[in-house]
Amino acid sequence: MKGLYAIYRKEMQHYFVSPVAYIVVAVFLLLCAFFFTRLLAYMIEQSFEMSMQGMQMGGGAMNFDVPSLVVRNFFGILSSLLLFLTPILTMGIYAEERKRGTMELLMTSPVTDVQIVLGKYLAQLSLFAVMLFPTFAYMAYMFFHSDPRGPWKILFCAYLGAFLMGGVLFSLGAFFSSLTENQLIAAVLTFGAFLFLWVIDFGSRGATTGVGGVVQYLSVIRHYDDFSRGVLDTSDVIFYLSFIFLGLFLTVRSIESMRWRRA
Amino acid sequence: MIEVQDLSKTFGDNIAVDHVSFSVNKGEILGFLGPNGAGKTTTMRILTGFIPATSGTAKIAGFDVFNDSLEVRRRIGYLPENPPLYTDMTVHAYLDFVSRIKNVLAEKREERITDAMQKTNIEDKRDDLIKHLSRGYRQRVGIAQALVHDPDVIILDEPTVGLDPKQIIEVRHLIKGLAGNHTIILSTHILPEVSMTCDRVVIINRGKIVAVDTPANLTTQLKGGQRVHLEAQADESAMRTALQEIQSIRKIAVEPASSGRLAITVEASPGQDVRSALAAKIVSRGWPLFELRGVNLSLEDIFLQLTTDDSSHAAKAAS
Repeated sequence: MKGLYAIYRKEMQHYFVSPVAYIVVAVFLLLCAFFFTRLLAYMIEQSFEMSMQGMQMGGGAMNFDVPSLVVRNFFGILSSLLLFLTPILTMGIYAEERKRGTMELLMTSPVTDVQIVLGKYLAQLSLFAVMLFPTFAYMAYMFFHSDPRGPWKILFCAYLGAFLMGGVLFSLGAFFSSLTENQLIAAVLTFGAFLFLWVIDFGSRGATTGVGGVVQYLSVIRHYDDFSRGVLDTSDVIFYLSFIFLGLFLTVRSIESMRWRRA
Repeated sequence: MIEVQDLSKTFGDNIAVDHVSFSVNKGEILGFLGPNGAGKTTTMRILTGFIPATSGTAKIAGFDVFNDSLEVRRRIGYLPENPPLYTDMTVHAYLDFVSRIKNVLAEKREERITDAMQKTNIEDKRDDLIKHLSRGYRQRVGIAQALVHDPDVIILDEPTVGLDPKQIIEVRHLIKGLAGNHTIILSTHILPEVSMTCDRVVIINRGKIVAVDTPANLTTQLKGGQRVHLEAQADESAMRTALQEIQSIRKIAVEPASSGRLAITVEASPGQDVRSALAAKIVSRGWPLFELRGVNLSLEDIFLQLTTDDSSHAAKAAS
């Protein structure tokens, strides 16, 4: 446990001084802010138009749920931002340690491989939480100023979904980083794998049985849609958790195998 | 303290370590000597639990390096060939991290870090980022990292590489000072280092141990056949033939020196003292003899002799 905390602490310290982490988080927040304001303005415009139309038809004002629509679209965009930005955050996590030779220090210290992997993973999740948190301020602002108040449940589901999906991306990214000493190779592999999981159901959308159904189930983004609609389905949660577990398991194995491969 | 039994490691077809056995007593400094690629680093990596052996066993403080790897890792400090440094940390933050993953108790941590910095003489760089340090300082931070948890066994892979002569001397003193409380294995291909710091030497070549002994014993025992340096005045070829008559001489080198004298170096077969025979021979011919002294073979010579191929020996003999 102490070993795990030591690793976690070191990783957090590293983010604190690492320009890469600052820049990725800054770019992420900047883009989030841009999309949020554009989305909000667009949705409000739409809602005006709808109510105008409703009035003209003589049917009274139509209901238009701006907060829910903004949440849904915003989290859709957020997932694509993560697709591009997480490989940059995960590419160095093991590749850099291997290149610097510090992996040898960690692997000859009294910490288990599992502690190394979990310590690093928890640090990544913490960074991710820090990265997501400011966007909550935008959302809270919108929810407090809408009448009637926006549905908080949708918002929390959406954040849970984003966090779980980020968890999958970080655990798979860590695995790819553990395969190589080259950060660029790690980033490209991670990005390729993410993109593949994104579009894996391409061409089989709508199928519910057979191969098409399985392929659809594997699509990372499909499970995410439920969350941003405010639907909390245990099968989605389990899907993400098992993917996270798979990523961590593969990483531990990959680190173990370093001991046998190293020439 | 350290028991290595029949240890082997192969990478594919390449045998890196070939049935190596040796042991190190508590408080001893063992030098691991061999040319590059001899298997020193591989042996050390097996001892530290970084890589598993293909066959054979190694025990540190009674714990098997493979089966009780964590117990072993708790008891060793290890400086790999390239110091494992986080260059974006300060020296203090780095040592703090290492002391944490090495399970140093919180209340002892500061004390241990200060002690390691004092011993390696890096206190003035305490708050500098490691990436701003020179090679010599980095190497010393690497050594401090191996000491910070006060381990029973310290394993140093080429600890003096990249240091300037003054620093090398300091590090050797440091290592000598650590013996007694710690058991130390250090590897090097610099011979004087071994004779200066180590209690015992393991000479390893192509994965095999070629000799294990004290530096002094290695010099005498393996090279009882000593080397004698002579200075005399005579005709060169006459001198050569005269000396060849002495049976136990196996190598003669004659070179003209100043004022018509000859500088002669003679190598005797092992275990033979040829000094009196040489003196008698030269004096009996009536040649003036100016100097006659035995030269101890340096570790360098022994090392070369042990680690060079038989074929190259043959080539040398022929020439």
